[in-house]
Amino acid sequence: MSIGNFPFVVAALLIVLGLYALLFKRNLIKMVIGISLIETGVNLFLVMAGYRTGGMAPIYTLAPTPIRDMVLPTPQALTLTSIVIGLATTALLLSFAVFIHRHYGTLDIQEIKELNG
Amino acid sequence: MNALLVHAPVLLVAVPLLGAFAVPILGKLGRGVRDAFVGLIIAATAALAGLLAANFFAAGAVPFVYQLGGQSVGIPLLSGGIPIRILFEIDGLSAFMALITALITLTGAVFSFSYWRNRSGGTLYFSLFLLLTAGIFGMELTGDLFNFFVFLEITSIAACGLIGFRVWLRRSQEAGFKVMALYTLSGLFVLLAIGLLYSEYGGLNIGYLASTIGTGILDKVALGLLLTGLAMKAGAVPLHMWAPDAYGEAPAPMSAVLVANSQASLYAVFRIVFTLFSATVSATALGWILIVLALLTIFVGVTMALVQSDIKRLVAYGAVSQIGYMLLGVGVGLAVSAQAAPPAYGFVAIQGGLFHMLNDAACVGLLFFASGAVIRAAGTRDLNRMGGLAHHMKWTTVFFAIGAFALAGVPPFNGFASKFLIYEASFQLSPFLSIVAILSSILLLAVFVKGFQAAFLGPRPSQPVEKAPVGMLVPMAVLAVFVIGLGLFPGFFVDHIVTPAAKALWDGPAAYITTVIGLGG
Amino acid sequence: MNGLQSGFGAWNPIAWTLLFLGVLVIALLVRSRGRRDYKRGTGQTRVFLSGNEEPEERGGLHVRGDNLYWGMIDGLAAYYRRVRALHTGVLSDYVAWLVGALALMFVILVLVG
Repeated sequence: MSIGNFPFVVAALLIVLGLYALLFKRNLIKMVIGISLIETGVNLFLVMAGYRTGGMAPIYTLAPTPIRDMVLPTPQALTLTSIVIGLATTALLLSFAVFIHRHYGTLDIQEIKELNG
Repeated sequence: MNALLVHAPVLLVAVPLLGAFAVPILGKLGRGVRDAFVGLIIAATAALAGLLAANFFAAGAVPFVYQLGGQSVGIPLLSGGIPIRILFEIDGLSAFMALITALITLTGAVFSFSYWRNRSGGTLYFSLFLLLTAGIFGMELTGDLFNFFVFLEITSIAACGLIGFRVWLRRSQEAGFKVMALYTLSGLFVLLAIGLLYSEYGGLNIGYLASTIGTGILDKVALGLLLTGLAMKAGAVPLHMWAPDAYGEAPAPMSAVLVANSQASLYAVFRIVFTLFSATVSATALGWILIVLALLTIFVGVTMALVQSDIKRLVAYGAVSQIGYMLLGVGVGLAVSAQAAPPAYGFVAIQGGLFHMLNDAACVGLLFFASGAVIRAAGTRDLNRMGGLAHHMKWTTVFFAIGAFALAGVPPFNGFASKFLIYEASFQLSPFLSIVAILSSILLLAVFVKGFQAAFLGPRPSQPVEKAPVGMLVPMAVLAVFVIGLGLFPGFFVDHIVTPAAKALWDGPAAYITTVIGLGG
Repeated sequence: MNGLQSGFGAWNPIAWTLLFLGVLVIALLVRSRGRRDYKRGTGQTRVFLSGNEEPEERGGLHVRGDNLYWGMIDGLAAYYRRVRALHTGVLSDYVAWLVGALALMFVILVLVG
């Protein structure tokens, strides 16, 4: 039984959940989690873009002799890069959140609006 | 020399990257060594950019491709017609943007030396600065979509690190968080679009995708994602609200380089709209989308600038509004380029928009440097509490006035030259466009008169004023010389530098595509 | 020679600068034919404000930056009230603008393109 389009639906769901967290949650940490959810959704989409039904891992060394279908390796490289970039951005966001808490005393996004107008 | 020229595209990214990782180590040896090393790296980068551009424009502005690794790796460039290597592609627009970036980063670095003279922490600042430089050059020179995304994220992280660099100020942390969240979100939109395009066509090279892209709904979704994400990074209204926070809270030399960052994202918008998606959506519709964004940006940017009481936010809103002029010029050109016999004013509009990128970079850089010197002298950023600085800081006054008049489009400076082209061309499309543009230019002059009067005019200040050191005056003087030179000899620069860049957009994606596809044959 | 052609007009900055300098020379000529008994630094150049002497403490004499364009800003007060209220400074609103613009872009591109 094939998996159909289910992973794409899950990826879209993750992105929508992440956007919901960004838009409607007031805690800074929850917003960072929302961004992380969107990253996960996009990475899942990228990996699924390379999947071929019944394919095996794209490694030529010691492959079975009638070589079956392989999944595409490029999206896997893209996803790895994106995960590392996501690590760097999440680290930077969280360190900014720590400093904001030190200065403002709160993590509520509705209170941190000194730069307005 | 020949080897330098051949490898210049990748050296423009590699040299600042090497510098960025070597500065923390060399910084341990002392401040002088660090400053000398950073100066050497930035001077080498600027020289490479100048060399690349000079050679490119002298050879007739023929786009060429640089393959990372060359033929010696033994892997063919095309496999089944799809480019499988990461290629840097240099065409007229890329070379033009590389020149702008080289100018701004060079003057920003020289200003940074004297900015950090009596403070500590400069080593890590320079490391992030060189990383940002490498990222901006990478964004402008690459011909591969995913490579572009990687450089986009590099610039996002480095720029936000620099915005929130002074961790003892509460506003810079707030600005850093907001800007990082928005940059990350727009980068994820861009990545989603790249994933969509890859899953449809199997390739990531811009030239290859441009040749095979279709008109399905997935392509339009990808275009919408890319356009929104990159327009947000460029600072188009209504997605501009991070820009005054970012430009205002960054250290003074960084604000100018952040403007170069926004212009690189604007370059990406042009590249996507003209080259990548030229077959997907009608050019008229896309052109009018850009024009509507442009009008909103111009008007809201300049009217919000009028009510600011912080000098850097004032200049920042002015910078936001000038992005609108570039969008207006190129949008008018795009809107008429799809007609059977495209009228000549479309080309003039694109020339005006691209020339304005160069002028705006120089003028806004000059204004941000001058505001940095003013804040240092007055000890405050509030326009209501400073005054009378012209008695002590004559050169800074002159430079601020030159930058203000130039950006507002007063003859004979360079702002007028590019705005003249934009006004005349957009008037042919619809008189309403040029009316809004001209009125906003007048309002911009009013905005800078407000800044000038509040900071420089008035009686002598009662507290002692710290004059701007020579290290701050030199980059301002260099930019002022550029402003006056571009203003007095616009024909030379437009004919040799701007016209090849405008032709790269106006003539369509054919040249860009065949440079890549023709590699296999 | 050197200059920009826009297809409908031309702009030559060198000619403009020469014209400007020429007018400046004429203005200076007119000025030089004025009175000869005007000397700076003497009692002729003392500043009076509405008939009163200039006070020693000059701190309050400078027009503050925010007051400079009061009339214009007050005239556009309705516009500013709405537009400044939109720049709330809250990150969730910025993301809402981004998502809204994305949705609008999708609708326009799918309908029109």
